[in-house]
Amino acid sequence: MDFGPSDEPVALKILIAGGFGVGKTTLVGAISEIRPLRTEEVLSDRGIGIDDVEGVEGKTTTTVAMDFGRITIREGLVVYLFGTPGQERFWFMWDELSYGALGAVVLADTRRLTDCFPSIDYFEQRGTPFIVAVNCFDGADRHDAEEVRVALDLDPDVPVLLCDVRRRASAKTVLVTLVEHSLKVLTANQS
Amino acid sequence: MTQWMDEEAGPVVRPYALIGGRTRSSGDTLDLVAMVTATGVAPSGGFVPGPEQERILALVTTATSVADIASDLDLPLGVVRVLLGDLKDHKLISIGRASASERILKEVINGLRAL
Repeated sequence: MDFGPSDEPVALKILIAGGFGVGKTTLVGAISEIRPLRTEEVLSDRGIGIDDVEGVEGKTTTTVAMDFGRITIREGLVVYLFGTPGQERFWFMWDELSYGALGAVVLADTRRLTDCFPSIDYFEQRGTPFIVAVNCFDGADRHDAEEVRVALDLDPDVPVLLCDVRRRASAKTVLVTLVEHSLKVLTANQS
Repeated sequence: MTQWMDEEAGPVVRPYALIGGRTRSSGDTLDLVAMVTATGVAPSGGFVPGPEQERILALVTTATSVADIASDLDLPLGVVRVLLGDLKDHKLISIGRASASERILKEVINGLRAL
């Protein structure tokens, strides 16, 4: 999979997915430099009842502001973290974000485990390597990772780990686990 | 349908004035993390880079991702893609095609651990 000379700059994209309020932004902020990004999308009927366009019926695009994280490994090697939008109306952005992605972290909250079903379905269907990181909120049951695996009906190869996204060391472990998993998938596909 | 726009619609519409109202270009398919580098070639064929394109060219003297360019210029991604498409068509920038190799991923793992 090597293209061009070895000193060609490389940027890798990692997705952070999961339900609303599960800690995606906290995870990105714990480990990377946060940068703002403006994007704009055509208003579709998915926005009906959500976007108030009364008086601006001619408006057909809407601005979506999002943040992304950047980790510079060395000059010419950068890792980007993109949180996938939580609301269903932004699903059109998922294809763009996941195109060419190295892999995805699906953040799960044991109190609302079903919230991460759509993300898992999506990455399974696309064949994007992913791991499940269970964010242990204060007061949340410390479910055994294997129980979560069973509850989510995950493939045995998918790593599941517990984490605290507020802690940098924990966020680091999550990302390392994902990249190791992606490397495994990459090597398996090559052989 | 009313044709007027209020200020609510303004910020959405204005950036498109920079690109002559176009929403399609050869830059449409540029990945968010595609690395853009100036080729150093002088503009030719009557093409004169606009002020935003000049800013992009100054920025990408070292390789810069599409997402970082949009963030640095504080312009919507769609607008930046069109601006980049023009620069690419006139061979003023090149787009990196490097992808993840085993060696790169191992380097990333070690780099993350060392953070």
